[in-house]
Amino acid sequence: MGNLVSWARSPWGDSVLTHISWDLFWASLIGGLLFLVAHGGYMLFSQHHKRDSSEVDRMEADRKGLPANVLRHGFVARMFHWVMAFSMLTLLLTAFLPIVGVQFAWVQWHWMAGILLTASIMFHIVHATFVLDFWSIWVGPKDIPEFKAEMMREVGIDAPGPKPGKYPLGNRLYHLAVVVAGLSVIVTGILMMWRVRTGLVERNPYMLTDSTWGITYVVHGLMGVGFVGLVIAHIYFALRPEKLWVTKSMIFGTITRRQYLEHHDPDRWVAESKSGSNVG
Amino acid sequence: MPPIRDAMSAFELFQPASVGDALGILDRHGADAWVMAGGMDTFDWLKDRIKKPKVVVDLGMVDELRGIKDAAGGLEIGATTTLTTVANNPLVKERFPLLAEAALIVASPQIRNQGTVGGNISQDARCWYYRAGWPCYRAGGNICYADTPTAVNREHAIFNADRCVAVNPSDTAPALVALDAEFVIKRGSAERVVPAREFFIGPGIDITRLTVLQPGDLLTAIRIPATWAGKAHYFEKVRDRMVWDFALVNIAASLNMSGATISDARMVVNGVAAEPYRLDAVEAAIKGRPRDKATAEMAADLAVQGAVPLRHNAYKIPLVKALVKRAIRGEAEWATS
Repeated sequence: MGNLVSWARSPWGDSVLTHISWDLFWASLIGGLLFLVAHGGYMLFSQHHKRDSSEVDRMEADRKGLPANVLRHGFVARMFHWVMAFSMLTLLLTAFLPIVGVQFAWVQWHWMAGILLTASIMFHIVHATFVLDFWSIWVGPKDIPEFKAEMMREVGIDAPGPKPGKYPLGNRLYHLAVVVAGLSVIVTGILMMWRVRTGLVERNPYMLTDSTWGITYVVHGLMGVGFVGLVIAHIYFALRPEKLWVTKSMIFGTITRRQYLEHHDPDRWVAESKSGSNVG
Repeated sequence: MPPIRDAMSAFELFQPASVGDALGILDRHGADAWVMAGGMDTFDWLKDRIKKPKVVVDLGMVDELRGIKDAAGGLEIGATTTLTTVANNPLVKERFPLLAEAALIVASPQIRNQGTVGGNISQDARCWYYRAGWPCYRAGGNICYADTPTAVNREHAIFNADRCVAVNPSDTAPALVALDAEFVIKRGSAERVVPAREFFIGPGIDITRLTVLQPGDLLTAIRIPATWAGKAHYFEKVRDRMVWDFALVNIAASLNMSGATISDARMVVNGVAAEPYRLDAVEAAIKGRPRDKATAEMAADLAVQGAVPLRHNAYKIPLVKALVKRAIRGEAEWATS
């Protein structure tokens, strides 16, 4: 960890962490971009394919009640996504533009965007717990068969294993990474509100010990630079041609009946029409 | 750990004889190099071993950085011109007595003989927590020790504090901002001219610097346009010790009068923020008004809007108000007390 974090000598003579090295920002940025190149190259040769069209025809015939457009993301979920995206991009830009040389008074914008992110995440937790299918986005041992089947399909073998439910495995793993990084930056960011003048809380820089503050700053920094790579990957996948139908569903809410059958397992994700009723 | 005084860490000393040589050295050594003009700020840092540069570039041998010359009715002042020279120069006194008065009141005669105008405006913050080597924001850490419930912060900022509450300590800086001066900065073969107001930066922009100067940059000259030559002016510095001290607050004002009416103005206070704090609202409000008590009262109230005092520096608010009143009325302390 030698040069990856900065240490300082506190007034009491203790060696304390202060923050991460900003070289890690560049590492995350370059890592994210290299991932794009590697994945883009890989996709040129990938054998991965969606469900065979004849099978989809048969499934479509078997499920006469399926609507032409299947609801993937309701209005509230879409609003949450875009509010979170706005706040996250604002947080990243306000945090890292000064590091790349674009200097401006960033702190106020940063903590305000952080408040927005925190509020949106709190809303999302409640919404996902009580309104959405909470477990559909999580990963666990039960997903091992799907993982095996997906790997087989990647190498061109039409594996019989389960298709994804509402969210593909990669999507769920990404969500898990975002949960870990997001909650870390939120918790540490809220603590850091006591270090700056916000008007929301009374400043108290001595609320934590120097050592604990150091860890707080380092965790905030590490997860922050981690988000650089995560967001690059997210935007990349959102813009890939074969994924645009998913991206459009985050704008318009629905996917077509055939997209639903081509990419998902109807038994694991029961389709809803735009009005919200279960069908099929 | 208490500072170790009078025992500097080893460094490589360069004494270039030209600006070109100096720029070449700065280019080669980048952030490892420390630019020294009069040494008045430098030696505090080096002897306390808070700063330990590998290379010191002494500008004392660069003649082309010294001197004052006419520039189309204005002046161009070399960055390493001493404060005594600036204060006593007939052209400065005739055209910009505001600057002459500010330079004359910096520190002590000995320091003015050695200290330079470029050094005076580029000097670092005087916050003692920072100067003591504590790992504060300005030193690259993550806390401001001066902005804590138990801090000693009588001399610190009341405006634009953004995590760090250190203030700009310069006397000549507010005068140069009030004169719409421009600073010539060279870097390698490139040259840029930065308005005085943009030369100074607050902690919101960069918490580790008071100016835009980056490693490799060299401030070579200060250009003062003719705009404010011969106009009404006011400078006053309030300090704890009249004989030799940094300003608690100082004020520099340039006023363009049309008869008895103020047609344009620049008002800048220092010692209240990390950069010379220009009173834009006051400047706008006093245009077209007479230089009288009513204008002064109105401007004084306007000047302190947005001030946020710390535990021990609320006195700066009435102090700023008083200085603004005096500047507008053109009356020195002894005339209104």
